[in-house]
Amino acid sequence: MSTSLLKVEDLRVSFSLKSQGDMPWTKSRVLQAVGGVSFELKQGETLGIVGESGCGKSTLARALIRMVKATGRVVWMGDEELLGLSKSQMMKYRSEIQMVFQDPLASLNPRKTVGQIIAEPLRTHNPKLSKDEVVAQVKAMMQKVSLLPNQINRYPHEFSGGQCQRIGIARALIVKPKLIICDEPVSALDVSIQAQVINLLMELQQEMGLSLVFIAHDLSVVKHISNRVMVLYLGKVMEVADRDDLYDNPRHPYTQALISAVPIPDPKIERAKDVILLEGDLPSPLAPPSGCVFRTRCAKAQAICGEIAPELKAPEEKEGTVLALEKESTHRVACHFE
Amino acid sequence: MVFKQENIKNLALVVAEQDVKGRSLWADARKRFFQNKAAVAGMVVLIIVGLFALFGAQVSQFTNDEIDFMVIGQVAELGGPSFASGHFFGTDDLGRDLFARVVQGTQISLMVGVVGAAIAVIAGTLYGATAGYIGGRIDNAMMRTVDILMAVPYMFVIILLLVIFGRSISMLFVGIGLLSWLEMSRIVRGQTLSIKNKEYIEAAQATGVSSFKIILQHIVPNLTGIVAVYATLLVPLMILTESFISFLGLGVQEPDTSWGALIFEGAGTMQYGTLWQLAFPLFFFVITLFAFFFVGDGLRDALDPKDR
Ligand SMILES: Nc1ncnc2c1ncn2[C@@H]1O[C@H](COP(=O)(O)OP(=O)(O)OP(=O)(O)O)[C@@H](O)[C@H]1O
Ligand code: SF4
Ligand SMILES: [Mg+2]
Repeated sequence: MSTSLLKVEDLRVSFSLKSQGDMPWTKSRVLQAVGGVSFELKQGETLGIVGESGCGKSTLARALIRMVKATGRVVWMGDEELLGLSKSQMMKYRSEIQMVFQDPLASLNPRKTVGQIIAEPLRTHNPKLSKDEVVAQVKAMMQKVSLLPNQINRYPHEFSGGQCQRIGIARALIVKPKLIICDEPVSALDVSIQAQVINLLMELQQEMGLSLVFIAHDLSVVKHISNRVMVLYLGKVMEVADRDDLYDNPRHPYTQALISAVPIPDPKIERAKDVILLEGDLPSPLAPPSGCVFRTRCAKAQAICGEIAPELKAPEEKEGTVLALEKESTHRVACHFE
Repeated sequence: MVFKQENIKNLALVVAEQDVKGRSLWADARKRFFQNKAAVAGMVVLIIVGLFALFGAQVSQFTNDEIDFMVIGQVAELGGPSFASGHFFGTDDLGRDLFARVVQGTQISLMVGVVGAAIAVIAGTLYGATAGYIGGRIDNAMMRTVDILMAVPYMFVIILLLVIFGRSISMLFVGIGLLSWLEMSRIVRGQTLSIKNKEYIEAAQATGVSSFKIILQHIVPNLTGIVAVYATLLVPLMILTESFISFLGLGVQEPDTSWGALIFEGAGTMQYGTLWQLAFPLFFFVITLFAFFFVGDGLRDALDPKDR
């Protein structure tokens, strides 16, 4: 039952930056946005990806669907390696992997009606469908995401943020994908509406057997929906574990700080708990710290942290077995003192 | 209960059944445009001037090259505007009916403006959108070409063209068409660059829509606002350019005429007491330019994307 849907190995993305005034012979600076990320996602499960703004979450998502150049391996359903496919070979997978975007309104073309927007992937992948058939499918999908089907001729600006995100979800689901990559789908929404959208996603996941990659910038958002959670910092994985394991027993100093910052509903506990404050700013991704990228803000940092980059591994794993993914539920941490 | 439960239920069902009509951005813009009094007045003026150009010839009792020998030599005394003589706007210095000539001049001037703007819209939009969407080296090469073409003193080139190939309307169109799309392509490219990074473009790319379809279905519809505004502001510029060339005596060829040529002639005979020869063409020229600017302004306010 739990077969592997997506297996990512050592995914790396770097951008070479040239500023305006540079001469053609000036060396361009290299920004490593994603620095060797590996994970595995099983059918019907959800991977939560958490990290501060600018740590490379969107870039990682865009690399998976070939929107930016990346190296490494992205294996789809155990046999097809996506990064090596040609543009036309990739077409087939574009309907199987769909995306939901951060800004609900900006991800919808203001000049198109909701019906046209939701129908676009369907028209692209099933060009032979008749007009009536498309309308029928769009209306059915609108019903599914709790939008009134009679609103099909309205324009995006006539909807609220939460409704716009439902439109975005309907657009992703209309081609019956196997995986949906949600790039901060609720960050732009009110807290009360966040819960609705997340619940909707979970219901649809149950119903359609979807897998999700759910990106967020704070841990509390992904807690509810994820089976496994991955914490990113400056393009590197700091810690990855099953959901409960990570929340009950965070082992990386960065994860500990993030979890301590999550508010607890009980005021007594909330007041009594220690919040680990992260000092300083996120270092520039153009000049990441040597050794452990987190060391400039880590309370436990020692001399060795500046010299050797810690590998992502479980304590019981030996050095050098970085990609030993055979035990999926392993709790892995990238820290020397763990 | 005043309302029967049953009726309300039925009503709710009917409401849910029918597809609600959407309010497009265009509909919003139209509403804002019609609330702008100056813009509406400008549009009314443009419609009147357009009707004048189209149907003026039917009203006129003379053609534009017919010389009225009754007034020749005594234009200042007999050639003034009057209904009795049939010269509603008077005659020009050669005794030709000024009304007929203004009608014909309006046709030429409006045509120059509209054709120039149309070339700009088609060529400039396609060129700019392609450069902006493709980006990178191709964009660089395309836009540097535009820069180079813009650095050419176009007035000089048009005058040369007219001198070398002889004065003709088609040569005038060629000259004006050559320069009108340059600025438009720059504006469109800039706008395309900002549209290209919108998430809805990314969404289309992610699902596999082809670049050609993205340009036509996502980029161009979002460009129409700025293109429409710029085109309405471009028409008067084209008219001004043509007038300037005609003013230099290089524009359309006699007996055809244009606003610029008429104003030139009227200005030349001003001191002989035939002020109407200047006043009528100048009046049409000025109100049309103002009308275009007001309409352009109104469109810009109505279509402002920040507003929504
Ligand atoms: N096309 C690009 N060219 C150059 N640098 C880029 C590009 N896209 C992203 N970056 C850089 O890569 C880094 C990661 O960006 P990314 O958008 O993936 O962050 P993120 O985690 O999604 O942040 P956010 O929470 O703000 O969405 C940033 O430093 C960003 O400046
Ligand atoms: S390796 Fe060092 S700097 Fe990095 S997280 Fe662990 S203790 Fe902190
Ligand atoms: Mg992002």
